[in-house]
Amino acid sequence: MSVLLDVLAAGCLIAGSALAFAAGLGLLRFPDLLARSHAATKPQVLGLLLMLLGLALRLRSGPAIWMLVLVALFQMVTAPVAAHMVTRAGYRTGKVDPSSLVVDELTDDLRAAEREVGGSSQGPSPRS
Amino acid sequence: MSLHPRRRPGAGFHVLTIAWLTAVWVALWGELSIANVLAGLAVALLVVRSLPMPSIDFHGRVRPVGLVRLAWHFVRDLVVASVQVAWLALTGRRPRSAVIRVRLRSHSDLYLTLTAQLCSLIPGSVVVEAHRHDGVLYVHLLDVADADVAVAHADVLAIEERVLRALGSDDELRDAGLEVGR
Repeated sequence: MSVLLDVLAAGCLIAGSALAFAAGLGLLRFPDLLARSHAATKPQVLGLLLMLLGLALRLRSGPAIWMLVLVALFQMVTAPVAAHMVTRAGYRTGKVDPSSLVVDELTDDLRAAEREVGGSSQGPSPRS
Repeated sequence: MSLHPRRRPGAGFHVLTIAWLTAVWVALWGELSIANVLAGLAVALLVVRSLPMPSIDFHGRVRPVGLVRLAWHFVRDLVVASVQVAWLALTGRRPRSAVIRVRLRSHSDLYLTLTAQLCSLIPGSVVVEAHRHDGVLYVHLLDVADADVAVAHADVLAIEERVLRALGSDDELRDAGLEVGR
C-alpha cells in the first residue's frame, strides 16, 4: 500500500515539475505580456497543485497536509489576481500592442469612451 | 471616521472571518493546541479590527449539486488549459491572441469576482479589465482563430451560469435570465 502511494507521489511530483518547467518556458518564449500571463497562471498553478498532492501522498501526516491545503488555496486565490493586475497595468501603460491581437474589444471600447467625453484624454488610453 | 461608511461588516461575517483566520493560524503552526488557538484568536481579532474589509453582499444559497458540478468542471478545465498552454510553450509556436468583451448576466460583486477568478485559471483566458458597475469582463484569449471568439464568449457565460447555479438564490437565477430548478 505504501509502495503504491509512493509511486503515485513520484508520478505527481514528476508531472508537477514538468508543468512548472513548461510554464517557465512559456514565460521565456511567448511574444508579449498578455500571453506570458497565461503561462504564469495555468500550467504553473496545476504544476504546483500536483507537487503538493505528491507531497501529501508521500508525507501522509495530518498537520503537513493541512498546510499543503492552505498553500494550494492561497495559490488559486492569488494567482489570477496577480495575473489580472499585471495585464491591467500593462494595458493601461501601453505595454500591449493592439495590432498583435486578432480581436480587441477593450481598445475599441476605450476609444469609444474617449470620443464620448469629447476627445479629451480622460483617464488612461492604450497607445496604438 | 472611515471614508467608506458601507465598509462596516455585519457581526455574523465577523465571526466567520475570525474563525477562518484562527483555523489558518492553527494549520500554519501544524498543531492543534490551546495555546495555538488562543494566539490565533488574538491575531484574528487584531486583523479584523485593524484591517476591516467591505462586507460581501450574499443573498444566495449554497447548492451542493451545483457546487460539485462547478468543482468538477473547474478541475477538468484547469487540466485541459494547463496542458494546452504547456504544449504551446514546448512547441514554440507564436500564439495569436484576442481580447473580448463579455457582459455577465448577474449584478453581484461576488459572482463577478468568482467568475473572473475561475476564468483566469481555466480555459485559455486571463481577465484584463473588469467593470463592476456594468458587470463587464474583458478577457484575453491565448491562441485563437476567429471562430473561437464566439465559443470563448459562451464559455465565460457558462462559467458564470455554473457559479450562479452553485451559489445563487432562485431570484438571482431568474434575474440573470436562467431557468430555475435544474
